[in-house]
Amino acid sequence: MYRILRTVLMTLILWAAIPAAGLRAEEPLRDLVNALGTAKLSNMDEHIAALAKSGDPKIVPILEALGDGNLYVRKADGQVFLTHESGTALTLTDPLSGESVGEAPKSALSKIKVNNGVRRAVRAALGGLTLLSPDRNQRLKAAQSILQSPNADALPTIENALSAEKDAAIRTLLEQARATAILASDRPGDEKRQAVQTLKQNGGREALPILSAALGTADETLKPEIEAALASIEQTQALWAGGQNVWYGLSLGSVLLLAAIGLAITFGVMGIINMAHGEMVMLGAYTTFLVQEIVRTSFPGLFDWSLAIALPLAFLVTGAVGLAIERGVIRFLYGRPLETLLATWGISLILQQAVRSIFGPTNREVGNPSWMSGAFELGGLTITWNRLWIILFALTVFAGLLFLLKKTPMGLQMRAVTQNRRMASSMGIRTPVVDALTFALGSGIAGMAGVALSQIDNVSPNLGQGYIIDSFMVVVFGGVGNLWGTLVGAFSLGILNKFLEPYAGAVLGKILVLVLIILFIQKRPRGLFALKGRAVEA
Amino acid sequence: MTIRARVSGAFLAAALSTTAFHGAFAAEDTIKVGILHSLSGTMAISETTLKDAMLMLIDEQNKKGGLLGKKLEAVVVDPASDWPLFAEKARELISVDKVSAVFGCWTSVSRKSVLPVFEELNSILFYPVQYEGEESQRNVFYTGAAPNQQAIPAVDYLMENEEVERWVLAGTDYVYPRTTNKILEAYLISKGVKPEDIMINYTPFGHSDWQTIVSDVKKFGSAGKKTAVVSTINGDANVPFYKELANQGVKAEDIPVVAFSVGEEELAGLDTGPLVGHLAAWNYFQSVDNPANAEFIKTWKAYTKNDKRVTNDPMEAHYIGFNMWLKAVEKAGTTDTDAVLDAMVGISVPNLSGGYSTMMPNHHITKPVLIGEIQTDGQFETVWETPGLVVGDEWSDYLPDSKDLIADWRAPMSCGNFNVATGKCGGKGS
Amino acid sequence: MITSFLIKSLDRTILVAVAILLALAVLVPALNLLTAPDHPLHVPTYLVSLFGKYLTYALLALALDLVWGFCGILSLGHAAFFALGGYAMGMYLMHQIGARGSYGNPLLPDFMVFLNWKELPWFWYGFDMFWFAALMVVLVPGLLAFVFGWFAFRSRVNGVYLSIITQAMTYALLLAFFRNDMGFGGNNGLTDFKDILGFNIQADGTRAALFAASALALAASLVITSGIVRSKLGKVLVALRDAESRTRFLGYRVEHMKLFAFTVSAMMAGIAGALYVPQVGIINPGEFEPGNSIEVVIWTAVGGRGTLIGPIIGAILVNGGKSIFTAAFPEFWLFALGGLFVLVTLLLPKGIVGTAQHYLARRRSYRAEAGSDKEPGLPAAEPMAAE
Repeated sequence: MYRILRTVLMTLILWAAIPAAGLRAEEPLRDLVNALGTAKLSNMDEHIAALAKSGDPKIVPILEALGDGNLYVRKADGQVFLTHESGTALTLTDPLSGESVGEAPKSALSKIKVNNGVRRAVRAALGGLTLLSPDRNQRLKAAQSILQSPNADALPTIENALSAEKDAAIRTLLEQARATAILASDRPGDEKRQAVQTLKQNGGREALPILSAALGTADETLKPEIEAALASIEQTQALWAGGQNVWYGLSLGSVLLLAAIGLAITFGVMGIINMAHGEMVMLGAYTTFLVQEIVRTSFPGLFDWSLAIALPLAFLVTGAVGLAIERGVIRFLYGRPLETLLATWGISLILQQAVRSIFGPTNREVGNPSWMSGAFELGGLTITWNRLWIILFALTVFAGLLFLLKKTPMGLQMRAVTQNRRMASSMGIRTPVVDALTFALGSGIAGMAGVALSQIDNVSPNLGQGYIIDSFMVVVFGGVGNLWGTLVGAFSLGILNKFLEPYAGAVLGKILVLVLIILFIQKRPRGLFALKGRAVEA
Repeated sequence: MTIRARVSGAFLAAALSTTAFHGAFAAEDTIKVGILHSLSGTMAISETTLKDAMLMLIDEQNKKGGLLGKKLEAVVVDPASDWPLFAEKARELISVDKVSAVFGCWTSVSRKSVLPVFEELNSILFYPVQYEGEESQRNVFYTGAAPNQQAIPAVDYLMENEEVERWVLAGTDYVYPRTTNKILEAYLISKGVKPEDIMINYTPFGHSDWQTIVSDVKKFGSAGKKTAVVSTINGDANVPFYKELANQGVKAEDIPVVAFSVGEEELAGLDTGPLVGHLAAWNYFQSVDNPANAEFIKTWKAYTKNDKRVTNDPMEAHYIGFNMWLKAVEKAGTTDTDAVLDAMVGISVPNLSGGYSTMMPNHHITKPVLIGEIQTDGQFETVWETPGLVVGDEWSDYLPDSKDLIADWRAPMSCGNFNVATGKCGGKGS
Repeated sequence: MITSFLIKSLDRTILVAVAILLALAVLVPALNLLTAPDHPLHVPTYLVSLFGKYLTYALLALALDLVWGFCGILSLGHAAFFALGGYAMGMYLMHQIGARGSYGNPLLPDFMVFLNWKELPWFWYGFDMFWFAALMVVLVPGLLAFVFGWFAFRSRVNGVYLSIITQAMTYALLLAFFRNDMGFGGNNGLTDFKDILGFNIQADGTRAALFAASALALAASLVITSGIVRSKLGKVLVALRDAESRTRFLGYRVEHMKLFAFTVSAMMAGIAGALYVPQVGIINPGEFEPGNSIEVVIWTAVGGRGTLIGPIIGAILVNGGKSIFTAAFPEFWLFALGGLFVLVTLLLPKGIVGTAQHYLARRRSYRAEAGSDKEPGLPAAEPMAAE
């Protein structure tokens, strides 16, 4: 009772305070906006629809704020404000005039709760409102959101927008949206038939739910057409699915390649059974985390560059750690390859625990820069940006490494030392220096892989453990000591895994791959690309 | 005791120094509390936090004057995510360190591994994690959620508020997801969902390549019916799973994912911007707004000296369990196991969600169920909660072999698997 | 013939070790059962189980030493044989629970009941009989090793390739046993055992008996392995370890010998696993983890590869250290363990026993040069003073 009285009083005061007639027109709108503050989650969509019906472009920012959770209601008088955070307080903006009205402590306001249902309603309303916006991106977004929430009522709006639209991409979307809306409406059968055809031609997977939904309500004459359209879309989808599997396989293969490529140096070329390899990957990922922390706090504008900054740093950090390990432990163990297993296992335990002590045992957040987020469609393929970049990155690292080993003096010395240490030494190569640099190189590359893997996996002290076995499998499968083997091994295992997964499931698929590796090694005991020559019998 | 141990084990020097180590420094007037959480290995990621939480609770209690006029003393061991080692360490805590109660375990297998030890040596374990149910043991108090305190309300919410008709049950292949999904499948079918509208998928621990599965989910979701994913994916695999969801553009508005193992701690490793609206069902969220919780968060941040540390549901479970134990010991006037076991049932303490939790005769507790949506700041916002408290149901009503079973540890029944159909203790009977 | 085998196999070191093990098998149970808990010589049950566990680890390390130390096969999958033996025993123990499980189902284990399995899978049949289970404890790991070795050795897979595919084998088994559909209890494995051969598994007497059984099994295995490595076959094994091609060209069937050693070793690992399971009360897929197999290699290396006694000492020392450190320094014990591995490889490349033998042999040969030439400079080692 008290609250109602207060509201009435407040309204009266506000009424009295409004000087100009121009603002008076806003009044019903303001009531609608303020009503959001008292609405329940369950009837919020009605309020949103009512707002949207006004058609006033002013409510666009209000709805956006609502969807983003930035719409607050002042506890004292029930006024709704757009807000953004400034420290512990909130900066308030009047929803209709867009003017700033100062700050208020958080405790004086309460957030208007939203859930998925509300966000859906907001999306649909915004779609209708921004369909005629002069900004192309906004129109595109609007067309997409209309397509996602088909509604027969939106049909006039869509047709209106379609007649004015010039942009081909948006037109396609709008045509689909129109077809969708028609299927949901009570328009005559001919138009519906036309709509089915439109969807069949333009629609990919998105058309499937629309058509299947329409199938339920369609009359008998339309049903066969819809079924035919569904069948034809599914057929194309099945074709694309094969390509999609190859893509997934390539992407998994690139991850394996990245994880294994450093090991291809330390284990493959140098013969060290390097169990601490995974921890080098982990250190690279933690370097990325540290770089991002610093960028976030000190140079937020550089966030998209954080990975580029992290790459050389990760190489240096893990390279230095690798150098220290080589000088401190491994150099005493040359010629005793199996004992390197024990020492590096010990080192890996120490490194893991050290990271756990310093950074804590929990996952650390490494963000995706904007150019690595999201996905795009290529024909019927969905290609995510981060996977694409990781494939390109893996190939670049591989090419760079190949160049280094085959075309530079340092690579020549590395190969010489690993093939015949004493001969190389007699030719004047300083073998200890080359050993140390080779190990540092392998570790540094593992660190760079860590930068990439931080984009798709947990950054935790256990990160490296998850990759060490797979890495060894890849190197051995491809053939120890052969970089090309590692490349081919990684990609073929990746693709094989992804083709088995849909049939056998993720677990059984992996088991099958392992069994196939075991069998393959029986056939070719030295891997895919066996080294030939005297160096083999070590 | 120390001297005896040394003499007897002249040739067994190794383990004895453990005895010596703990024995020599333990003043006689403390009550010892065992903390059995992995501090290394794969589970350290989740369990270390609980160790810290327990140390904080014990610390706070000592500031308030301890228990029965004595100080509490924490005994921390590291079972290293190695399940047989859990049993060994439990035995050590009980028979060497003589702890009065143990707070510990996370995974089901670690709990199963220590169960016989607690039974044999008659001690008390507080288990703070949501689990699959199908168990009630005399020496164990389950302060986490049973499936009916988490999974079923979450599915109800999706059915009523999001009108979901098609379900993907995705989980890691171990006993908690298996059982929860069995229960959910039976529940959904009893609600009229067709079997072809349920897709069940299992992945190995630490699965990191989710491309195929996420795209399968998208495909499954494009059949014209509203689809949701019920995720029982285990801790480590969640980060790559959510990253893949975000990148493939699976939006909460279209295909919401409700998770039972993703809390504030797991989200701390993620950029939650693209995940807003995905759901989790718990009995506690850090964002719950009440004075007790605010106080708890403040103490926690001060204790860990880290302003960014988050709290989560299993921590609250330990908070409840620890306070219940304190109260029961005070009521019994002793830390003697049998007396405390008797005193525990019926004990009621405030929880952090703004109500009271009570220990039931089946050794499970009453809790509110909250459904929260992920926010951009890595917190959850409660969008729904049960009107009252839900009693943990140890034997699910939706599994054919357990629907007749109940547990009641009060005399005279004192049975963890009483069959109401046959009227006998000991399962289904023959 | 048996006597000659025995005489050959028992040199002084082995003799002393066997004697100590036999003494332990009698003394520890006696001190545990016959003395009062406050008696100064009482051994608490907690320690009996703990050391019983160490002895099974020691047996596993000994099994690895036979293949790694004497024929150069670095198996990174030996824990798989151990776990398989353990599962065979676990299946027997699950059958013994009978109708005492939570659901009171006399036939099906609990985990099958609540996952709605209707009948026992075929491979569970027979395990209700102890003799059958005991046979499987040896046969299953033995058969796997035989088949695996048959293919691998015939194709001349060796060195690090062999190591990695043994790792692939244990990893594949790990994933397979994790699967709940396999019918081995998934991640939880088999647990909550009640009886073994009719005796309560938690009773002090049973624990003491299991300890004695472990000590006896270790002693017997020590005699057998020692017999193998001292026989003519053993000499050839060492020869092929050091120069496989040369041995082959001399006309020996290298594959057959390797296969023999590998299979025997796997069987011993299986027995170790079977003794391990009732003492720790659980067997689960975690035992297949590749890291576990690597740890076995480390115990062997720390103690001294190719010395037979060394792996036993290594297993007990490393695991004892782990038990102490995880309680005393729960936050930092990995530093200690990791540091130990690094230091041992750097400073004691032959392991503890190997280094001691080397040192003693050198001292003896000095003495021999100085005067009496009774003994040739063969490294017949002294018994270790480590106990």
